[in-house]
Amino acid sequence: MESIAAISLTPNVAAPAPAPAAHAATAVSHFTLENGMEVVVIPDNRTPVVTHMVWYKNGAADDPLGKSGIAHFLEHLMFKGTKANPQGAFSNHVAELGGQENAFTSYDYTAYFQRIGKEHLATLMRFEADRMNNLVLTDEVVLPERDVVLEERRMRTDNDPSAQLDEAVQAALFSHHPYGTPIIGWKHEIETLSREDALDYYTRFYTPENAILIVAGDVEPREVLALANETYGAIPARAEPPARRRPKEPPPRAERRVTLSDEKVEQPAHERLFTVPSYATAEPGEAEALEVLAHVLGGGPTSVLYETLVEEEKLAVSAGAYYLGSALDDSRLYVFSTPAEGVELETLDAAVDRVLARVAASEPGAEALQRAKTRLIADAVYAQDSQVALARWYGEALATGLSVKDVASWSDRIDAVTAQDVRKAARKWLDKKRSVTGFLLPVTNAAA
Amino acid sequence: MTAHNVVAAPKSRAEHVQKVSASCGVEAWLVESYAVPLISLEFSVRGGASQDPAGKEGLANLLAGTLDEGAGDLDSRAFHRAIEDLAIHLGFNADADSLSGHFQTLSRNAPQAFQLFAQALNAPRFDEDAVERVRGQIAAGLKREAFDPETMAGKAFRKAAFAGHAYARPTRGELSTVESLSRRDLGALRARVFARDNIKIAVVGAIDAVTLASRLDALLSGWADKADLVATPDTEIASVGARKVVDLDVPQATLRFGRPGLAKADPDYFAAVTVNHILGGGAFTSRLFNEVREKRGLAYSVYSQLHEYDHCPALLGAAATKNERAGETLDVIEAQCRELSEAGPSAEELDKAKKFLIGSYALRFDTSTKIASQLVRIQLDGYDPSYLDERNRRIEAVTLEDAKRAAKRLLGDGRLLVAAVGRPEGIASRG
Repeated sequence: MESIAAISLTPNVAAPAPAPAAHAATAVSHFTLENGMEVVVIPDNRTPVVTHMVWYKNGAADDPLGKSGIAHFLEHLMFKGTKANPQGAFSNHVAELGGQENAFTSYDYTAYFQRIGKEHLATLMRFEADRMNNLVLTDEVVLPERDVVLEERRMRTDNDPSAQLDEAVQAALFSHHPYGTPIIGWKHEIETLSREDALDYYTRFYTPENAILIVAGDVEPREVLALANETYGAIPARAEPPARRRPKEPPPRAERRVTLSDEKVEQPAHERLFTVPSYATAEPGEAEALEVLAHVLGGGPTSVLYETLVEEEKLAVSAGAYYLGSALDDSRLYVFSTPAEGVELETLDAAVDRVLARVAASEPGAEALQRAKTRLIADAVYAQDSQVALARWYGEALATGLSVKDVASWSDRIDAVTAQDVRKAARKWLDKKRSVTGFLLPVTNAAA
Repeated sequence: MTAHNVVAAPKSRAEHVQKVSASCGVEAWLVESYAVPLISLEFSVRGGASQDPAGKEGLANLLAGTLDEGAGDLDSRAFHRAIEDLAIHLGFNADADSLSGHFQTLSRNAPQAFQLFAQALNAPRFDEDAVERVRGQIAAGLKREAFDPETMAGKAFRKAAFAGHAYARPTRGELSTVESLSRRDLGALRARVFARDNIKIAVVGAIDAVTLASRLDALLSGWADKADLVATPDTEIASVGARKVVDLDVPQATLRFGRPGLAKADPDYFAAVTVNHILGGGAFTSRLFNEVREKRGLAYSVYSQLHEYDHCPALLGAAATKNERAGETLDVIEAQCRELSEAGPSAEELDKAKKFLIGSYALRFDTSTKIASQLVRIQLDGYDPSYLDERNRRIEAVTLEDAKRAAKRLLGDGRLLVAAVGRPEGIASRG
């Protein structure tokens, strides 16, 4: 039961991984252009390929009231062309150069990216800089694209009961903060989004001072900076970067349960989401403790949840947890499980309670703690094999209020987490009052 | 520092590939690189779900799921902990034609990591409780997808396209067949397919040829010389022109469509690759993208692809659109197939398709795992490393005449076998 951390312009592209990475081994350069646009260059000289991304520091959580889905809709509309490069020109050009492209929208950011032979980097930067400032929209292209987004929503959510449950759980978890509204938007609001709504949003957020350029690949940082100055640097600064003022979630006081029964459900499922601080909002060390806690608790087949519920008690066939730490505001920790044949969700729910209580009451063993840290830190080394993964991690960090330094020091900070930190984090944050529990159920005769 | 720039040299990608012959008789393809302290290995053996005995559908999939559930003197828990302690990535997968495995380790842990990998391959325990656990996970997955429109559409399509052939059967089995699989079945299938004449293997990363050869001996010298495979007959997509509608109460209809494709050995294969790119392969540029999504807003997802069954070349595609516009969507798709078949692509379209296919080939080689998986694929297709250089030359050589001929052969009269799940208006079952 993966939650959707970001949704993409076209299918078949992986959503960004919901974990940060450390990447101290390579020299990462960080500049700021005069107009306020940030530039990060990540060298990877193994292949003559480059990954070019522009991240805007706004996402679905910045959608104006009543306009849910506008950040994502605009992401689609950014492919509709400019005066200099009409509809299709950019995409056709990228394709002709052998490049691949896509875009994705999350709660806190919207990003556009291409992968291409390194000799074409300057061309991409010219096109991408052009659409930062010169988007042209007409109803002729806006209205069919709104239908595309409605089809996207049908595919992701309206056809799928487990996605509908997930929407309801998020909405219950965030009663006031916009993380409770789906990234793609509510259907009845998407249906009303207009060309003017899109242009208003574009004018407000698509400015150089609100953007981050990430280039990873076989490139020289100085050359990238020079190209960035020529292209993005030519766009005049608008003003102060737009402020992201979101309504703050009140302290949670009541545990909640959301149940969805549907004829299309044959396999029940259980999930529990807790509101917890993100890397951006946590006290020093707390997010790292939550990261390790989530891994000890539910990171794979050696985790407490799996060993207890799946292997020992045989109440579940799968169980796990993860921490969505990359977020500008307070975020969530997920606990999920699938009951074994014949096990009632109530029984499983009680068992999850017991495991969580145990984790809050006692420190993890030295071996389990070390195992979790080893895996988390090693995954940062594995990430060095993929320039796309690295570019995404830097982009995600910078767009959610972190710095290049934070990314580089991540492994050391994870390594410093103690068993006591993990237990303290569990006791403080895995409080049932902070949670919503989701039950996915078949339609039973009693309920029908 | 050696870069693993298989793609770097415009002159030759192939020259970066070393063929490493182990004493046990197995040859691996190696790209040696020390840029990142990792080793990635990928292998594939012929004989996936197509080898499942009748009534035992899902066996290859269960085997893939249980190989890492305890081996040698380590039970499931001990094995998983050993894997995690070394932060190894290890996994197995079965599809219709083959069973594959991937393995990735930090180079500093290589000796112990290879040892664990060897145990999983050579001495899986198939302990009763571990097998039961994996069986339960597979069953839960099947139930989770019982009313998933995409799964249902795929199943309905395969049933009509491959009636009576192994490809019609579900790779992961059915609840009833998964229930019937035994520990002995697992051992028997493993013994039949894990053979030295049946494995293709590629390694990328921080390891030299001599070391790799000795690791391969440790991994594979216990394997049989020859596999014992049931031959899968060649087949062709049947029921072209038929419609299979599966009723499901959802707002959006999910469509799967297809017709026979061209085999990789066919002289027109690369021309067909360009034609597919023009029809529905190009993410933002294809005719289907433009006509179905961009102009009419009918679907978020619409595409076509040349599919790689070993014994059935196929052109497959998919789209999803609200029930009310399903008939209209299918009409547009079939009209596009017909038009491309009749008139062929334009010179400009072909030129752009070739440029994309040639230019983007490099993007398949930008991580170790992607390189390893490409190298295994090329071996499975029966090519030499020289294919890495040859492939773009073959695309470049496609002429407009070739593409027009391939379009006619690939798309014929434009008719499609279509499976639709939902309540699609304007599409009724027939054929």
